[in-house]
Amino acid sequence: MTPSIEAVWRLEARRLTGALLRAGADLALAEDCVQDALVAALQRWPAEGWPERPGAWLMTAAKHRLMDRMRHMQMAAREQQALGDDADALATHLAPDPLDMLLADEADEVGDDALKLMFIACHPKLAREAQWVLTLRLVAGLTVAEIARALFAKEATIAQRITRAKAQLAGEPFELPPASARATRLEAVCTVLYLMFNEGYAATSGAEWTRPTLCLEALRLARHLAALLPTEADVQALLALMELQASRLPARTDGLGRPVLLLEQDRRRWDHLLVRRGLEALARCRSLNALRPQGPGSLALQAELAAVHARASHAEETDWLQLLRLYDALLAQQPSPVVALNRAVALGYAIGPAQALPLVEALPLTGYPWWASVRADLLQRLGRVEQAREALRQAIAWTDNERERVLLLERLERM
Amino acid sequence: MPRYMIQVRATAMSEAGDFPDDPTLVPRMMAFHDEMARAGVLLDGAGLQPSSQGFRVQYDAAGQVNIMDGPFAETKELIAGYTLIEVRSRDEALAWAQRFPAPFPGQSCCIEVRPLMGGVDLPPDDAERIIREQLATIKQGG
Repeated sequence: MTPSIEAVWRLEARRLTGALLRAGADLALAEDCVQDALVAALQRWPAEGWPERPGAWLMTAAKHRLMDRMRHMQMAAREQQALGDDADALATHLAPDPLDMLLADEADEVGDDALKLMFIACHPKLAREAQWVLTLRLVAGLTVAEIARALFAKEATIAQRITRAKAQLAGEPFELPPASARATRLEAVCTVLYLMFNEGYAATSGAEWTRPTLCLEALRLARHLAALLPTEADVQALLALMELQASRLPARTDGLGRPVLLLEQDRRRWDHLLVRRGLEALARCRSLNALRPQGPGSLALQAELAAVHARASHAEETDWLQLLRLYDALLAQQPSPVVALNRAVALGYAIGPAQALPLVEALPLTGYPWWASVRADLLQRLGRVEQAREALRQAIAWTDNERERVLLLERLERM
Repeated sequence: MPRYMIQVRATAMSEAGDFPDDPTLVPRMMAFHDEMARAGVLLDGAGLQPSSQGFRVQYDAAGQVNIMDGPFAETKELIAGYTLIEVRSRDEALAWAQRFPAPFPGQSCCIEVRPLMGGVDLPPDDAERIIREQLATIKQGG
């Protein structure tokens, strides 16, 4: 029994693409050549037997393919030029011999290629969907069909998006961003992965449980990034946040697939391996942040928030005061009504519903069902049941998520 | 995503608490695990001390408990270490496992790869079918 040739190729694809880009190919050309290497393997391995070092074989095949293509392009250029230019002009226009470049290139020991791929796929000039698609294609190594499945889009749409994204990136250098731009670019990468994760995660409950693959691929990419950049506090924070949130996936829906809110989840069903991995990543993040003058960023604070929940084995053990302190810090960095609402929820438990209610009511969140639902909860705890019912009805009217509606209706009946 | 445990089976050497006399083994093993970590695949892993350091809790059919100290005789059935990975498919697990360095070079040895049970461990087609069914139900309901 052997793995499929495709599975072996996939383990190598990122490395192959990186090497070809480094040798001067553009994205489209590099991808074509890497694909050609798979085709060559599919044709030859079954007949000739598997090579001893499949990775090296694929690398050689991809490089040969690139040389052929570049020679071909050079010849075409030469023929055009030869019509009018003299030999000197010709020489200055020609690209260096690709063979020289390929022989000169060294193995990528430190994983820089993988990082460069990540940076280019999450390039700020691309639209969000293009960043996702390109990251899934280039970095995660998914096929067009798999990406289409993960995003519930048509294959043709995805293929088109990839082509367009590559065209947009034509001329962008395949290199690590300069020091001056590095922090911003890394932030962009983290944001792409986090939004991708959230899209999958939020969709895992409710009517749109459509993108679990997206969630898990984003987590895998975050693990990849965190291993490449072990000393970046925000990357460790991103990983911690994702591991901790993903640890709740098994408990987020009941046996019938209905969503279960955090405080009502059966915490024994959490994935405790992921909890541990999340807390470990957070510990690394903390020790890195201890060296950083500006202290923890918003990703680190969000990971801390998730960790407070992860450490409570029962909802009643939740350290609401600690949550309140963390939300205070987060609100200072990220002043948004939704963060303020979450802070008010923590305050409602840490101090009391009477103190939280006026804060909640002052928020400009009309139309946001979760806001009405928090109000309902606080009113109920204050014994103002009729007003609580009214608020719940409002939440029901505002939600366009079918499962959320069912959940809210059940609450209304119980009240 | 499915998880797989790569179990390194014990040998007389590992049970004796000895290490193979190959200076390249540890660096190769570390490099391989590092590569899996970089690919976002590695979840956990550790080497185990010999079974002489462990014990067994044996239950008979009536539920009676009996504690037995190691070592245990059936060396090839014992585990000397494990690596836990999370991959997209059995095929990918196989591709990684095939590259796992021989844990005891120069002698006959074995790794065994077993999928973990769990809610997320569904074949992709099945997962997709379930999602589509759920979507259809929701659409009908809405």
